[in-house]
Amino acid sequence: MSDATMESTVPAAPKSSLHRTDARTRKRHAAEKRFKAYGIGAIAIGLFFLVVLTVSIIRSGLPAFTQTVVSVEFTMTQEQFDAAEGQLFKTKAYSAAFNEALVSTLREKGLEVETDAAAFERILGKTGGTLREYYRANPEALGEEVDFELSASSRVDGYMNGRVTRDSMEDSRFLEAADLDIVDALIDAGIIKETFNWNFITGADSGVDNPGGAGIGAAVVGSFFMMLVVLCLSLPIGVAASIYLEEFAPQNKFTDLIEVNISNLAAVPSIVFGILGLAVFIQFMHLPQSAPLVGGLVLTLMTLPTIIISTRASLKAVPPSIRDAALGLGASRMQAVFHHVLPLAMPGILTGTIIGLAQALGETAPLLLIGMVGFVARGYPEGFIAGFTDPNSAMPAQIYTWAARADVGFYEKAWGGIIILLIFLLTMNILAVILRRRFERRW
Amino acid sequence: MISAAPFSFLNSTITLGVRMPLSWLVLIVFALAAVGYFLGRSRALAGAGGNSRDLHSLPSYYGANVLMKIIVPAFGIMVIWLLAQPLIIDRTVASMIPASEIDEGASIGLVMAEVNRTAEGIRNAVADGTMSREMAEDGRADVAEFTQRLKDAGQIVTSNLSGTVILAAQRTNELVASGTLLMTILVLAVSAAGLAWGVVETKPLFRARNVVERGIRALLIAAASIAILTTIGIILSLVFNTVEFFRLYNAWDFLFGVEWAPSFSGRGGSSSLGVIPLLWGTFYISIVALAVAIPVGLFAAIYLSEYASPKVRAFAKPMLEILAGIPTIVYGLFALLTVGPLLVDIFGEGGWLGVNWQGGGRAVMTAGIVMGIMLIPFVSSLSDDIINAVPQSLRDGSYGLGATRSETIRQVIIPAALPGIVGAILLAASRAIGETMIVVLGAGAAARLSLNPFEAMTTVTAKIVSQLTGDSDFASPEALVAFALGMTLFILTLCLNVVALYIVRKYREQYD
Repeated sequence: MSDATMESTVPAAPKSSLHRTDARTRKRHAAEKRFKAYGIGAIAIGLFFLVVLTVSIIRSGLPAFTQTVVSVEFTMTQEQFDAAEGQLFKTKAYSAAFNEALVSTLREKGLEVETDAAAFERILGKTGGTLREYYRANPEALGEEVDFELSASSRVDGYMNGRVTRDSMEDSRFLEAADLDIVDALIDAGIIKETFNWNFITGADSGVDNPGGAGIGAAVVGSFFMMLVVLCLSLPIGVAASIYLEEFAPQNKFTDLIEVNISNLAAVPSIVFGILGLAVFIQFMHLPQSAPLVGGLVLTLMTLPTIIISTRASLKAVPPSIRDAALGLGASRMQAVFHHVLPLAMPGILTGTIIGLAQALGETAPLLLIGMVGFVARGYPEGFIAGFTDPNSAMPAQIYTWAARADVGFYEKAWGGIIILLIFLLTMNILAVILRRRFERRW
Repeated sequence: MISAAPFSFLNSTITLGVRMPLSWLVLIVFALAAVGYFLGRSRALAGAGGNSRDLHSLPSYYGANVLMKIIVPAFGIMVIWLLAQPLIIDRTVASMIPASEIDEGASIGLVMAEVNRTAEGIRNAVADGTMSREMAEDGRADVAEFTQRLKDAGQIVTSNLSGTVILAAQRTNELVASGTLLMTILVLAVSAAGLAWGVVETKPLFRARNVVERGIRALLIAAASIAILTTIGIILSLVFNTVEFFRLYNAWDFLFGVEWAPSFSGRGGSSSLGVIPLLWGTFYISIVALAVAIPVGLFAAIYLSEYASPKVRAFAKPMLEILAGIPTIVYGLFALLTVGPLLVDIFGEGGWLGVNWQGGGRAVMTAGIVMGIMLIPFVSSLSDDIINAVPQSLRDGSYGLGATRSETIRQVIIPAALPGIVGAILLAASRAIGETMIVVLGAGAAARLSLNPFEAMTTVTAKIVSQLTGDSDFASPEALVAFALGMTLFILTLCLNVVALYIVRKYREQYD
């Protein structure tokens, strides 16, 4: 008789079973699901920001590519011309004649509005000067019907784009609510219309008070010359440095020093390179301020680490058998590298260079310090050499200049400039991807 | 000391009876080099009786040997001369100017800038014929008439040039002319000597390939040393100007001053240039940025490396990396024109939350959030690499013990990858501290020591930009402080980078 037998008659139910999920397992599974959801959420947040950024760039930047023009057929007779030239305020007389023509055109179309000279000036800007210039340059046009396309003021432009609405605007010396009635009438008459703004792409920067006339063309040229300097310097220097480090450098202190320097320079803030450019190239070497040459030199120093790192990676990817084969056939080490390894690594090197250039193209901070901001690039450089040495702006510097101006009309231009800049960057990156896809070799 | 006179070597000319642009000299050297190449090649072939098998090296190496001997010393001398000449001339001419000529409060640098401007003006005036060469070189020319001639030529000169300045400018021109002439002669002589040497040396058994390859190797080493030169250049330009700044402004006040209020009119004295508020702004904005970037970036990396199917990964990873390829000026504008106004709509007066916390669009939050967006791909791709480097055996062991995926990640992978992740976060922090455009456009200009993240604050980088792009004189403490700020920034980011790289490298060695 023992107690043990009595106890063992009914086996105790197991505390847990693999066939049944208990509370703790459910908790663990819920934690698993939550954790995964956090991950999906993080990716979603990242992509959401990307979408918001893209949408806000496109939505705010597209209006920069259209402009509002007033297109009127206008005839100025010899008498009107003589009368206007005889007056003290000559341009005012031109404006008056033009406004009269506008009103009569409106009447012909059966539209009647209250107008005065000041309202027209707010809508069209000072038309007199443009007209006078035209007729003085082309006296033979007097008495003939000429088709004028004058750009409307930036506020009217904003009204057309929806940036300025009747509710949001306040009467000011720039535009009054009553003016919008005139604008509406002009729109109905087909006098005011939207056209593609070629001047934005090809033109140069305007002064601080004329957002409508500002273009990014000159800055694109400035960026082009800068990139030329960067390409011509950083590609050969970067490739030479990488070949040395990857193929010839002995394991010693000097090589270590170079390696440490390169990896540190890759992480130095870009503005420090601007300080370097200011102190060395402008203060010490007396190179001209705001010149694409100096910008190019600074950006070269900045992109070199990027190019060296990617070039070394593609040199490393060439298998040693290639080198050994060349050496076995009697080539010197130099010949093995330059005749065999380098050509095989070239696609990778070019890809890295293009990505480095794209980085340099969008870099702004160092350019601020060497005087490429605040400079109003009113025209294109005259000639090839002048393209390097004459003061100019660059795309990102121009965008910054516009963003820093007081007139909100420039914000639209800044967004538009960003679209152009991003188109360039996208093209370069796509080129790099194509190069990589096309020529990449797996050993 | 900054000179307004653009002393561009591309525009500088050589007086050799006729004015010869420097590019001609370059072309002449290239022409000599081309001649040398063919001479060397043909002489080697001729020496071997036309049979290139009797030569030690390929014929082209003999040509390249001569070419190298012409070009390398010639351009070496040219570059060194062009760098040294302005310095030597500046020093010589500066010694001509008596101390009485320097205005109260002005420096010798300002006078020298005027001298250089005038010298440039005289050169241009002679070039377009407004001023005769005799007059340009006449040391006793009438000051008023001289100035008038320069103005007629459309050259920008100050209204009252002093006689000393004109004399100094004439002396500058004289020195430039004779210096450049000397350089031309020297360069031509050296390249001719190189040509002669190379050609004489060329014999069939001369080891041309070895010589050329040694030369190329030297060039490769020189190219690699540019990285060191750049670092030295950065350090020297920061140190010299910082020392200059500390001579004018107390270093203690700079490092521990809690007020930042540069005066715009005065020359030092009344300015308070304490770096503490700027550092506070920098850290505050970076902390906000990291608070956005670290969780999002880290979870994105975890999801991409542990959960995502190859398809999702192939789509999401490049998409996130687009964010890293966007130029910072775009983020700056995004902060200024989109995020700032949006935050004011939420937290500002009469906003959706009904709290009046934020006054203007420019604030710590604006810059911080946008900078965080910029850093997301930076954190995620670095962490992704590091998580992927954790050996599969650790995961398998954890799964084998019955852990779920998230438990494996939290208790095995993250601890294993922690040093690397910390390194990545430090690198991201160094990026945040050095970021310029977003804070220039999004954070505001007021230096404050405040805890409210909705207030405008400013950073070290933003102040470097504003102090160096203003109108202030480069010798004033208000401008020089930018170099001291640059030094602070450089040291900060350098320390972060060194620590981060050390951690990342050490961690990598563990599993390789």
